[in-house]
Amino acid sequence: MASSSEPMVSRSVDVLVVGGGSAGLAAAISARKRGARSVLILERDGRLGGILNQCVHNGFGLHTFNEELTGPEYAARYVERARELKVEYLLNTTVLSLSADREVVAVNARDGVFRVAAGSIVLAMGCRERPRGALDIPGTRPAGVYTAGTAQRLVNVDGFLPGREVVILGSGDIGLIMARRLTLEGAHVSCVCEIMPYSGGLKRNIVQCLEDFGIPLLLSHTVVNVEGAERVQAVTIAQVDEDLRPIAGTERRVPCDTLLLSVGLLPENELAQQAGIDINPTTHGARVNESLETSAPGIFACGNVLHVHDLVDYVSEESAHAGSCAARFALRAAIEKDAPSAPTAPMSGEGSFPVECARGVRCAVPSFVRPSAVEDALTLRFRVDAVYRDVCVSVYVGGRRVSHRRHVALVPAEMLTVRIRASYLEGLSGDDVITIALEEG
Amino acid sequence: MTDRATSTGIMRELTCIRCPRGCRLVARLSGTEVASVGGNACPRGDAYARKELTNPTRVVTSTVRVAGRTPAPMLPVKTAQDVPKDLVRDVMEALASVRVSPPVRMGQVVLADVCGTGVDVVATASYP
Repeated sequence: MASSSEPMVSRSVDVLVVGGGSAGLAAAISARKRGARSVLILERDGRLGGILNQCVHNGFGLHTFNEELTGPEYAARYVERARELKVEYLLNTTVLSLSADREVVAVNARDGVFRVAAGSIVLAMGCRERPRGALDIPGTRPAGVYTAGTAQRLVNVDGFLPGREVVILGSGDIGLIMARRLTLEGAHVSCVCEIMPYSGGLKRNIVQCLEDFGIPLLLSHTVVNVEGAERVQAVTIAQVDEDLRPIAGTERRVPCDTLLLSVGLLPENELAQQAGIDINPTTHGARVNESLETSAPGIFACGNVLHVHDLVDYVSEESAHAGSCAARFALRAAIEKDAPSAPTAPMSGEGSFPVECARGVRCAVPSFVRPSAVEDALTLRFRVDAVYRDVCVSVYVGGRRVSHRRHVALVPAEMLTVRIRASYLEGLSGDDVITIALEEG
Repeated sequence: MTDRATSTGIMRELTCIRCPRGCRLVARLSGTEVASVGGNACPRGDAYARKELTNPTRVVTSTVRVAGRTPAPMLPVKTAQDVPKDLVRDVMEALASVRVSPPVRMGQVVLADVCGTGVDVVATASYP
């Protein structure tokens, strides 16, 4: 490694992508297709594909490829495409810092610490699982408490069974998938506890991962104690009331050696925060405009680092948009190099309109829309805040309703998408907002 | 899936997974036949119930060990088509003793005609 007195090696690229998972791959491919001459992915793992590599189950790609692929197969298609398009990538490479003027410092064992200056940057670092520390579960601190994704890696990549008698807290999709996986590998899963009165996972997973194996899903239940000195010996579960507080007298001790947590995912935004990028407190991802550009001009975000998705197909679609916008930004910057125009603010100011969530809607992306930058249509992605039946999703532009669609059922576990034609955005002016709301039929 | 015996036969309840609505379907069985399906909001629920109750199948996905490597990495695999649901555990058992030698190409057969189903188990990733 270079000693600190030597000048740091630096290089420059049109588009730099941080993260080589499903989001980073789709963004890089799209940036190349859109004309970026050099696209570089920095990936901290030893291979491309990200979390898809450990998702050995099938069900990926129904939307994109019209077939059911496993995670590794889905990833392989994008890796192959990236190679064909001569997307460059560095593996085992960690980005140490990101600055708002589109420069990163990264490190790996071969090149040491180096700098990359980029025309534009796409943030595609994905998300992390909420750990036990985020939950305030009382009890001892024995071995045997894992997040569902860690257990998934242990089983599917490393080939270890993390335990034999398992309780799962949280009904997120990874927890449901792991209930089936552990059962098929010979473990016994006694129950899945979900603190909310509805599941956090997709219906398909509840039926095929729990009901197929007779694993009970206990809604409005949580874990109130963990026992064991060296290793988990039992957990105590209890029913919760409407305020999610445990109800005295409903406690039940469940002997087990393993507790899996599938209690939510959080975008991994340390780099973005370091660069001073605005974060949306609801999604925990960056605030972005219609081009998925953050508050730092030329830095874009997509996939689970922007907001947590339930289907990889939508990650790929969203990231392709980010990659394309990043290429557009980098190419324009290269042309204007000698006579740069004033940088346009990605968010605030004239010609930018906020997206607001009204009744029943939360977590909308993007946060702001500049109608002049919308090419064909604006894509709005959001979740509802509870389970709804027979309601309509409406979108208002200014005061005018431009989209109104009935749904037989809406659940928080499924992200919704509404597309608004660019022509509907033309009349926006002044203090107008774009509003998404649920309305009665 | 839960059963209820009535005067007109066995009523079997199941959840449709064709859309997020998740209709509670009630199928009336006469012998091994599905006589009728109720509770479905659309025709897909009817088709789902009939398939699930007469010929339920699943694609099995799992991992097998790669021979001669330490630490032994896992190779992801799947049945190339769906297999009868009641053979899922037999397929898992058959896979437990499978060792593949590298290199492996994605799509390569790692176990042919698993459990006499006529379906092959194939690699879902390449391994150098």
